[in-house]
Amino acid sequence: MSTVAAARSWKALPGVGLIASLVLTAALGAGVLALLGASPLEAYRLIAAGAFGTPQRFTYVLTAWTPLLLCTAGLFLTFAAGLWNIGIEGQVVLGAVFTTGVLRALEHGSPAGAVLLLAACAGILGGALWGAAAGALRVFGNVHEIFGGLGLNFIAGSLTVYLVLGPWARPGIASTSGTLPFGATLWLPVVHAGPLAIPGEVLLGLLALGLVRGAMRGTQFGLRLAAIGKSPRAAFRRGVPIAREMLAACALCGGLAGLAGFVLVTSASSRHQLFPLISGGDGFLAILVALLANRVAFASLLISFFFAAISTGSLQLPLQMQLDSSLSGVIEGMLVLLVLFGQGLGTRLAPRGR
Amino acid sequence: MVLIATVLAASPPVIFAVLGETIAEKAGVINLSLDGLLLLTAMVGFAAARATDNLLAGCAAAMAVGALAGLVVAVASLSLSQNQVATGFVLTILCQNLAYVLGGPLSHVPGPQVAHTPVPVLGHWPILGPILFDHDVLVYASILGVAAAWWYMFATRPGLALRGLGERPASAFARGIDVTRLRYAYTLIGGAIVGLGGAAFSLLVKPGWSRPYGIEGTGWIVLAIVIFGNWNPLRGAAGAYLFVLLQTLATTLQSWMPNVPTLVFPTLPFPLMILTLLLVTLGNSEWIQRALGRLPAGTRRGILHVVHVLQTSPPASLGVPFEPE
Repeated sequence: MSTVAAARSWKALPGVGLIASLVLTAALGAGVLALLGASPLEAYRLIAAGAFGTPQRFTYVLTAWTPLLLCTAGLFLTFAAGLWNIGIEGQVVLGAVFTTGVLRALEHGSPAGAVLLLAACAGILGGALWGAAAGALRVFGNVHEIFGGLGLNFIAGSLTVYLVLGPWARPGIASTSGTLPFGATLWLPVVHAGPLAIPGEVLLGLLALGLVRGAMRGTQFGLRLAAIGKSPRAAFRRGVPIAREMLAACALCGGLAGLAGFVLVTSASSRHQLFPLISGGDGFLAILVALLANRVAFASLLISFFFAAISTGSLQLPLQMQLDSSLSGVIEGMLVLLVLFGQGLGTRLAPRGR
Repeated sequence: MVLIATVLAASPPVIFAVLGETIAEKAGVINLSLDGLLLLTAMVGFAAARATDNLLAGCAAAMAVGALAGLVVAVASLSLSQNQVATGFVLTILCQNLAYVLGGPLSHVPGPQVAHTPVPVLGHWPILGPILFDHDVLVYASILGVAAAWWYMFATRPGLALRGLGERPASAFARGIDVTRLRYAYTLIGGAIVGLGGAAFSLLVKPGWSRPYGIEGTGWIVLAIVIFGNWNPLRGAAGAYLFVLLQTLATTLQSWMPNVPTLVFPTLPFPLMILTLLLVTLGNSEWIQRALGRLPAGTRRGILHVVHVLQTSPPASLGVPFEPE
């Protein structure tokens, strides 16, 4: 009786499961820290302070948030079509590569606004090409998008290394630290609100998420993607051009990821350069966000912000506690895993036939 | 000759990982957490062996962690009907980060290492001796493991049941087999063998621990090798040896071409992974079948034969949950 009641409240209030998962995650994370002889409370305090301690750190959180928003928006499309776009990491990188290429070519002598706009288009194009490549491997070659995408991720990674050390090396020194940073005219604008500096690209992220949400709910394209995701066979019988729509979903997701790559190079708080591992796991983290959000755009907004805060805050750990900043990944992964378990438990315990 | 010996010496981690994953997938469960799991078990194996100064304890700890990861995948997918790909992907991220966080204090510290043990008598054979019998225990174990896994799957009754789990669980159930319980067992066993692979990295092939550890991505390659291996331990092992050969050659190439950035060579296996998968899966695609239909009969038969040999197909119920009615 009590389990049934618990299950019912679990289903009725998705918050219960989430809060339980959050508490459990914090406890398990504390266990990991205790294993290392570190104080969990101190570590959590540092993470919070690292994210919200000063206005500048809050700006960093917002800066980390935008690429996540863009990637998550893209993933809504591929997830809807039942595709695992693990190649998103490489799509972000290609976006950054294309952006850097355009910025390098037009850096001097062209109006900055036009250059940035062109660079954004190039970033979108780069990501879309990489996404379409993974999609084409799946649609025409039967190579599962997980493997096609991963292979493409690694190729994108070595392309960056090659560019940074070779053709785009800094004059004089060739090191993996990155290309020559771009000047302040090629940074994205910042909106000042009191003591806070809000990076302008946040607007891009929110806009992308809104557009994707609208497309999924109110367009033929969105409905067709959802039909493919539910049952490709049934969608095919009803005349949905599966190959075309899957390719489109991959390319669009890649395009949004490429825009994230553009933001990583041009954001006012970025390093303003191309460097190896520039995506730094943003794409993978966005997959976790999308899994947790379960196709609810508003939820993804909050989750991605939360994850951006944890990831940004964790950067203080190696500086002040000699702990690895990967603790953020442990917390984020643990949370998603526990929520998945909670969902399963909720379905299992729920009374059948209702 | 030296090359074969080098490849064999470096192969145990990949071989064990391929065997473990093949067993789990043969039973119908994809354990996608491999890439992170190999890192975590490598770290745990090294940590445990160092703490106890006992290599067996290191291997046992790594296998226990591997089995635990298998248990997580099994519970989530078999008992809680969650998507196996989702669980596995989250788990791989979790394991990787866990390895980095927990392994922090172990970075670049010395520790125990598996000793070199030539087989007496056989090791002195001309030619074959140095190639096959002048290695570490884990190398012999990996070769025997491949043979044992093949024999178990294709020549024993329980092996037949194992294949049934992945192909037609409903008829296995009708024959009185507890599908879910057996799938649990094989996912755990498979995870443990993958764990042994992780330990083989940190105690033999890449002694010690660091961040990054340098094997990032290998787990994904292993998952691709399982597909290339058509879920057969022998063909999987062949794929694994090919991959290790490629890595060895890449290292050699690098010393020949000092002008190419060193970080480029380790990525070479990935485009090849895509091409290989393309080769083994392309035969299934519709447009290839159509294109082949237009060829003259003689050529077509030749190509179809090649396609058929290359082609692989997964266990029919791989990743599909089983609900007894």
